[in-house]
Amino acid sequence: MSNAVAHAEAHGHAEHHTALQHHFETMQQQKEASTLGMWVFLLTEVLFFGGLFMAYLLYRTWYFEAFAEASRTIAIAPGAINTAVLIGSSLTMALGVRAAQTNQRTATVRWLIATIFLGLVFLGVKVYEYADKFEHHHVPGANFISESPWAAQEQIFFSLYFTMTGLHALHMIVGVAIMSVITWMAAKGRFDEHYYTPVEMAGLYWHFVDLVWIYLFPLLYLVERHN
Amino acid sequence: MSGHVSPKSLYYSIFGALMVLTAITVFAAYVNLGNLNAPVALAIATFKATLVVLFFMHVKYSSRLTKLVVATSLFFLVILLGEMMMDYASRGMGVVLPALQ
Repeated sequence: MSNAVAHAEAHGHAEHHTALQHHFETMQQQKEASTLGMWVFLLTEVLFFGGLFMAYLLYRTWYFEAFAEASRTIAIAPGAINTAVLIGSSLTMALGVRAAQTNQRTATVRWLIATIFLGLVFLGVKVYEYADKFEHHHVPGANFISESPWAAQEQIFFSLYFTMTGLHALHMIVGVAIMSVITWMAAKGRFDEHYYTPVEMAGLYWHFVDLVWIYLFPLLYLVERHN
Repeated sequence: MSGHVSPKSLYYSIFGALMVLTAITVFAAYVNLGNLNAPVALAIATFKATLVVLFFMHVKYSSRLTKLVVATSLFFLVILLGEMMMDYASRGMGVVLPALQ
């Protein structure tokens, strides 16, 4: 008996999906393993950003007035628009995964391109915002200018602002790169209704980046706006 | 075989809810809620995050093992934030919760 026959008999069926790795029994098991691995990675990401949220929480508690004052210098409109853009990109991402699940190749590619486009819009707005900060001397360091009595503490706020939004933007850039590869794979017809795991895993990453922004927006842009 | 496929209408509804909640967040920031401004903003953000995790990230339809990992990430985040703040507060390093002032 050849190995191939024994292998096929052991599985109870002769044909495998070409995307099924030999160390998995079924496509379902393979997908489950990928999903678990991706979520474990996202867990490390939660704690990675968690450290920064911790720093934010502590300094905000210590220097609340300075944080409120510094936050009020940030224009809300670009941040609110970017929040909408990012939520929109999560929608196109979810629809892209759905199109892959239902084996609609053209639709998958279109939704993924829309996702990339919205991601680039987000980054473009971010560039505009950063440029604005430099122009107004709101970047911590030697050129920082503030009239307030809490100028030093305000620089802590802006340090956190640039670190957190910068790290988030870096994740967006990586996300756009990943999405470009996935789009290319989708266009080449690498996915079908039985195998679309890379699209779904890239989607998990993309949604996670959206999640971080959902918290960053109120914490950085909306501190004590009612005064 | 191909996993749970959500109807498109669900995704559009979640998107709509997220946009409305974002608008409410901005609106609520301009209303003086005393000490409650930050808790309200974070509660809305957490509700939005829950929608994204459950429906966009398909956790509602995921295996119990995946759900456990998601819950674990939150558990450790709470430990990170909670224990650190307790530590600072208990050392008298100037941490006074607004409600206690």
